[in-house]
Amino acid sequence: MVNVITEYLNGLLGVYLGTFVWYLALILVIALPLLLSVAFAVYFDRKIWAAMQMRRGPNVVGPFGLLQSFADGLKLFFKETVVPAGANKGVFLIAPMITFTLALIAWAVIPFDADVVLADINVGILYLFAISSLGVYGIIMSGWASNSKYAFLGGLRSAAQMVSYEVSIGFVIVTVLLCVGSLNLSDIVEAQSGGFWNWYVIWLFPMFVVFLVSAHAETNRPPFDLPEAEAELVAGYQVEYSSMAFALFFLGEYANILLMCAMTSILFFGGWDPILPFAPFTLIPGIIWFLLKTAFFFFVFSWVKATVPRYRYDQLMRLGWKVFLPISLAWVVITAGVLVTFDLLPVKG
Amino acid sequence: MIQAICFYVFAAITILSGFMVISARNPVHSVLFLILAFFNAAALFLLMGAEFLAMILVIVYVGAVAVLFLFVVMMLDIDFEELRKGATRYLPIGALIGVVLLAELLLIMLGLGVTPPEGAAVAAPAPSDVTNTQALGQILYTDYIYLFQAAGMILLVAMIGAIVLTHRTRKGVKKQNISRQVKRRREDAVEIRKVQPGQGI
Repeated sequence: MVNVITEYLNGLLGVYLGTFVWYLALILVIALPLLLSVAFAVYFDRKIWAAMQMRRGPNVVGPFGLLQSFADGLKLFFKETVVPAGANKGVFLIAPMITFTLALIAWAVIPFDADVVLADINVGILYLFAISSLGVYGIIMSGWASNSKYAFLGGLRSAAQMVSYEVSIGFVIVTVLLCVGSLNLSDIVEAQSGGFWNWYVIWLFPMFVVFLVSAHAETNRPPFDLPEAEAELVAGYQVEYSSMAFALFFLGEYANILLMCAMTSILFFGGWDPILPFAPFTLIPGIIWFLLKTAFFFFVFSWVKATVPRYRYDQLMRLGWKVFLPISLAWVVITAGVLVTFDLLPVKG
Repeated sequence: MIQAICFYVFAAITILSGFMVISARNPVHSVLFLILAFFNAAALFLLMGAEFLAMILVIVYVGAVAVLFLFVVMMLDIDFEELRKGATRYLPIGALIGVVLLAELLLIMLGLGVTPPEGAAVAAPAPSDVTNTQALGQILYTDYIYLFQAAGMILLVAMIGAIVLTHRTRKGVKKQNISRQVKRRREDAVEIRKVQPGQGI
């Protein structure tokens, strides 16, 4: 069917324009449901959070409050964009766009099912790592451009925090790569196929823990939400933002959280692979498995947010540099050693 | 054709942002333009089919080095006007370096360099049957492993040296000792006394 559509488009518009239109359509097919699910992710986040604190959460707009996020979005849309007088206007306005764009383009390489991926590139996992390491710019630029103490402190905190935790995320990725022998995300999922005992969460359990915690730190979620700690910095780097600029930050943040959930399920939980390799489980399409796993990790993110108190800044740095870095480095060496000793190294190409 | 258009767009932006790095009034803007230049250089790598190098460039330079750079520049309290005035003083040296680089480039471009080109043997194309990640790994970690290790050692020594030279232990600073805090029991810290009225402890 794909061939038919592309050929029709190429015939209608010529090869260049046809390909362009085709990819534009594919991008929309990914981006629109993503934004929609971000809206509902915000709703679920608030609901889960409320349930854990014995509250009811949003329940007014729409049935069960399902339309709350859309009402909030509409409200933000109709507000005035305020640019502070001392702000560096260009950088101030570019920062939320960067955050939002980066959160969206990362999804280009995520494999939703076997062969259901926009760009099946060789270095998919490196691409994801690169995009997530760029995410800090939106925050640091907004913090600086706002020309406000709170925003600046928030931006600095987050820059240090994200750079620190990227190191351990990098080592986690290296361990997974050692086991897979490829940087391609589809290969990573396929290496874990055939039941949950092949998932890397079992073989690389400490790395999974390090990754999950680092993912929280990387997305500035509680307990690592120091860049926007409301008790001390009001809202950190977002202090001066209003209207759509704030909405872009908000959407980008949640899209990033979903991305981290998707990454966790790809790296450690076999992506689209069913939990058991036989009948009732294999009948469910892979994309459903993938979305279920991602949704589960989103629940974990909300759970953590509702239960864990915020870290102090020196504790955060200590955890990143003195605990996670040695553990992940040691685990890289151990994994490599075991793979070489028992001749388990994956051979590709 | 698309590739050529992409090349010219990325190359033009790289050069333009490179120019903006030295001409922007605000140092933070300079760093941001530097980042843009890095980013477009990565895109040029991609066009050449060196996807691993492109990603590593983004991760290492844009994601880590430039962030720290930005971090420092943002916190510096520089008098920009003062800085501008100094620029003319260094202009001759800068121009000299520029001319030398240009001469070197021309030397290679016009084929006036060493004959036969020694570079040809070193810059052998990557074998086509493996991805360039594997090809790089093969060269770096198998063929030239000792040189690579030596380079790592030098960096390690440099790092330790920097820490040794700049680190000073200050006296009277209270530090948190987590294990001691965790080991502390209720019995060591709290004592319950029955206080009689009118007597005190």
